[in-house]
Amino acid sequence: MNWQALVPLIGLLLVIFGAGMWAGKYIKSSNTFMQDYFLGGRSLGGFVLAMTMTATYGSASSFIGGPGTAYTQGLGWVLLAMTQVSTGYFVLMVLGKKFAIVTRKYHALTMVDFLKERYRSKWVVLLSAFSIIIFLFSAMAAQWIGGARLIESLVGIPYTTALFIFALFVLIYVTIGGFRAVALTDAIQGTIMFVGTLILLVATIIAGGGISNIITDLTAENPNLITPYGADGSLTPAYVSSFWILVGVGVVALPQIAVRAMSYKDSRSMHRALIIGTIVVGVIMLNMHLIGVFTRPILPGIEVGDKVMPLIALEVLPNWLAGIVLAAPMAAIMSTVDSLLLLVSSAIVKDVYLNYVEPKASHQRVKRLSIGITAVLGIVVFVMALNPPDLIIWLNLFAFGGLEAAFIWPVVMGLYWKKGNKYGALASMVAGIGLYILSDSFFPKPFGLHSVVMPVVIAFVAYVSVSLGTRKKMLVEEA
Amino acid sequence: MEELNAHDNDSRYKVANREALVGIGLVIFNFVWWFAFAYGLGGKDPSEYTYVFGLPAWFFYSCVLGFIIMAVLVTVVVKKWFAEVSFEKEGEER
Repeated sequence: MNWQALVPLIGLLLVIFGAGMWAGKYIKSSNTFMQDYFLGGRSLGGFVLAMTMTATYGSASSFIGGPGTAYTQGLGWVLLAMTQVSTGYFVLMVLGKKFAIVTRKYHALTMVDFLKERYRSKWVVLLSAFSIIIFLFSAMAAQWIGGARLIESLVGIPYTTALFIFALFVLIYVTIGGFRAVALTDAIQGTIMFVGTLILLVATIIAGGGISNIITDLTAENPNLITPYGADGSLTPAYVSSFWILVGVGVVALPQIAVRAMSYKDSRSMHRALIIGTIVVGVIMLNMHLIGVFTRPILPGIEVGDKVMPLIALEVLPNWLAGIVLAAPMAAIMSTVDSLLLLVSSAIVKDVYLNYVEPKASHQRVKRLSIGITAVLGIVVFVMALNPPDLIIWLNLFAFGGLEAAFIWPVVMGLYWKKGNKYGALASMVAGIGLYILSDSFFPKPFGLHSVVMPVVIAFVAYVSVSLGTRKKMLVEEA
Repeated sequence: MEELNAHDNDSRYKVANREALVGIGLVIFNFVWWFAFAYGLGGKDPSEYTYVFGLPAWFFYSCVLGFIIMAVLVTVVVKKWFAEVSFEKEGEER
């Protein structure tokens, strides 16, 4: 066991834990439990907002590859990863003020609440809540496995023990603290990711004998590593460009991101978050993936991509510093898990239970139920992660693209296009999810594009044509 | 037909709509810059590459400089043109 690396890591986890507990105090004394638990009382300031968004999609990126793939593919993968810089400003500008104002008018606390008020359709609500529950639940299981693997390889304890420690830890601070705890710990985690990748990049460059030296080594090994086309030339411009849809602009429709666009305190916080967010996302993405590429000449022959970050950190940094820096990937995983956990529980309690099962549930009951469901969900995910069923892994592959294909037009057009209606939204969601699963299973790269592109285009056509085609029907219904 | 309140005549929506368009404009600019340098300069044979700070020029201009320019642009746009509006009820017109 590597104590010198372990002590700083544990210390850091304790700080995060403390922050969660502190946030929990707000919940206890709260009169507006739902708003506080699921939305942090709409009181996020600029810095916390920027960091919580970054930490949340900072891990969406590890989903598409991260440093391990950059290690294999070279600079072409860094180019692909940089499509994510746009998420730093795009989400907040596009959902931006309109989403903040409208969701306040609707008293919406979740993305589904917004869809419910906007379309007034039971089916839209149920379909969205179930997509969120199924897709995010699977995405969460995969992240837990990742978190446990990281502890396992770092500390040298068995997988099950590692998973248990990780699960217990995340569960306690999320159940007690709610959204505010998540946002606050995300802020700490985002900061660690930012500083951590910066230190590690510099140390890696020094260890490799300077950038020129590293690039020369890479060229000598395989000139393709320094081209935009990837090690084996498989990264075509069309394919790489289509990641603008998946990780650049489509992120607008991810419920865990959208919910943050209704949590800011005022326009000043939003403006600050825009600037801080853009810088932080860009720096983390650039550093993390460059570290992956630059590790190649220093530590050749790493076969498991997930190990690139831990190995290079232990190689180029003193042990205690490696411990602190390695908290960064750990932080990325935790911050995804905690926000997904909260979202799935809000979909169950708020979107399904309160809407359709027991609309008149008492304040006390809702509070107990929210905390209870969050805890139960965590335990179920824990059990699943012990020995993950194939279905979960399979669904997880679809999670982000599927949610984007489902929600992008109902949310964006719902906000900005007056004529959009519930039939359009339903058609768009069904077409989006259905096509995405079909295309991903049978035609992985239609026209050389990522499989999320076509479903998004067709979901748009479905939204507009069905909305226009059912205008008369809507007028009759509302008259 | 009852107006849905996402589309009533709230004056703040004008500001919001304009800023959303700015976001789309920035993404398009971002994409063009990223694409043009990456494949414009990076499309040749690696032996013909030129280098900036040790990095291949295509990568430096597309990913490093491109990011810095976006960060500066976002800062300027937000500070100069983004309006402060209240998110609470008092801005409502009805």
